[in-house]
Amino acid sequence: MKISPFWVCVAAVIATGLLFTGVAKNEYYFNATYVILQATIMAVAWNILGGFTGYVNFGTAGFFAVGAYTSIALSKAWGLPLPALIFAGGAVCALIGLGVGYLTLRLKGVYFAIATLAMAIVFETLVNNWSYVGGAKGAYILTPDKHLWFDSYIEMLFMVMLLLAVACVAISRALNSSRLGRGLAAIRDDEVAAECAGVPTLRLKLISTTLMGAMMGVAGAPYPFFVTFVDPQSAFNLFVAVNAIAMPMIGGTSHWLGPVIGALLVGTMQEIITVNVSSELNVLIVGIMLVVFITLAPQGIVGLVRKYRSRRER
Amino acid sequence: MFSLDLFANAIVAGLLLGGFYAAVTIGLAIAFGQLDIVNIAHPAFVIVGSYIAWIVNTRFGIDPVLAGLLAAPLFFLVGSVIYRIYYAAFERTGQESLSGLAFFFGMMFIIEVVLILAFGVDYRLVSAGYVGATIQIGFVGIPLRMLVPFGVATLLTLGVYLYLSRTFMGRAILAVAQDRLALQLMGADPVRVKQFAFGLAIATAAVAGSLLIIIGPVEPSVGRQYIGRVFAIVVLGGMGSIPGMFIAALVLGVVESLVASFMGPSWAPAVAFGVLLLTLALRPSGLFGRA
Repeated sequence: MKISPFWVCVAAVIATGLLFTGVAKNEYYFNATYVILQATIMAVAWNILGGFTGYVNFGTAGFFAVGAYTSIALSKAWGLPLPALIFAGGAVCALIGLGVGYLTLRLKGVYFAIATLAMAIVFETLVNNWSYVGGAKGAYILTPDKHLWFDSYIEMLFMVMLLLAVACVAISRALNSSRLGRGLAAIRDDEVAAECAGVPTLRLKLISTTLMGAMMGVAGAPYPFFVTFVDPQSAFNLFVAVNAIAMPMIGGTSHWLGPVIGALLVGTMQEIITVNVSSELNVLIVGIMLVVFITLAPQGIVGLVRKYRSRRER
Repeated sequence: MFSLDLFANAIVAGLLLGGFYAAVTIGLAIAFGQLDIVNIAHPAFVIVGSYIAWIVNTRFGIDPVLAGLLAAPLFFLVGSVIYRIYYAAFERTGQESLSGLAFFFGMMFIIEVVLILAFGVDYRLVSAGYVGATIQIGFVGIPLRMLVPFGVATLLTLGVYLYLSRTFMGRAILAVAQDRLALQLMGADPVRVKQFAFGLAIATAAVAGSLLIIIGPVEPSVGRQYIGRVFAIVVLGGMGSIPGMFIAALVLGVVESLVASFMGPSWAPAVAFGVLLLTLALRPSGLFGRA
């Protein structure tokens, strides 16, 4: 049996992560990589709908925050452990994703994008008025004392996030080259034609929105334990949304590797700029990169590499 | 508890607020309704207008509305340039829906952050003789800082409406919205017409921005709250119909004001989006659109 290079890379990444938790002592590194991994999951999730299926979701921050607030509510109510919270966050957001999927029946293109943005604001207003999870004041979360065999809680969170990110990338990769993925691509290129050719468009769209929602919920669920204080403003941050859109666009939306490249590249750059210069500048640079890439290289980095390769072959 | 004077005050405040919303929306009604350009950054341009009015007002003591009118030609040029870029990068290659949207999304961020870097996140406000005064009619109070924007917004809407329906260029804009190819066959250049129209749309943001800063203090991220409102109004008004847009703006203003008075201000932001979601789901052609 031949082992594909992808799984070798996955094993290598996980091993490196474990080694990293054993060696590195400075907690900042775990904070930084956690943020990058979280952005990776968001980017990969956005790309399943935005890149593969061609529906733009502006409400990513809404999904993320619902995942985080599910986690707050459940840990406050019953004190569930982290894996259960992650599962619950994913499940709740998958349901919302399913609902969004039914929206695509009536709303196409621009209208869908605006409706998702609207949905995020509606959720934000609901959370603002829901005092059980802190309302507009926000909620404090105590990190549990237990953290398996890791030296600190953040190290464990980092490892959890790494595993989740790897899982999401693997799912996205499997989807990209599967029969399902081709159906999604057909919807993206021409929905009516796909429907006529016998592609079950509604079912595929529902699968893709549900999967996207689940991934974003999973990314959001550990967030309260990471920051220990969540208020609606930080959870529904538009910066989360712009990152989730900018990273796949910069990396390239048509291939599963695009959002991963974009997230790693932009995420690392953001961490460096935030530490060395300022966090406002970092938002500005992401905005400029997004606009520049969309206007000059709409296929992203993956597209540039492809173009370069095909030119060399000729 | 229901009280009549609170209700009457809320209705009047809502109507005034709605009139102001029309000024913020009219640029989008042209860009999105007529030209199919999803300028999600329109509220950000409005905020830029506010800051220009603020600078001119505090430096030279010029009335903010006048400052907005003076800035409008500049905005017109900026809008024309942006349309040129938009056309070259997206419209010509037929990718305007997905990429164009993300383009304006990125633009919105750039504007917001540049304003934050330049002026900080402090709230800014303007001074004018009428900002503090209130007219009292019976038990209904009409603050002048709401009445003046309402008046200017109504004039602006009327002006744009007359311009589009009476002048040659205005009709050309309506024509490009209806049938681009037919316009081309008549010997007109649709790209130039759209460039002019988009410039006009951005120019209205300068005036709307000056009104915004009269109504209340402004900081760079205020624009985000308007994204939902302006799109809700355009869609509810039936995409590009200027009178429909004005009525939809009044409706939204009144509903928002009633919700804020009787349920609390923290629920008001969801109103616009609720209206938008309902309209999109139940009657996508809007109140006054062709079904």
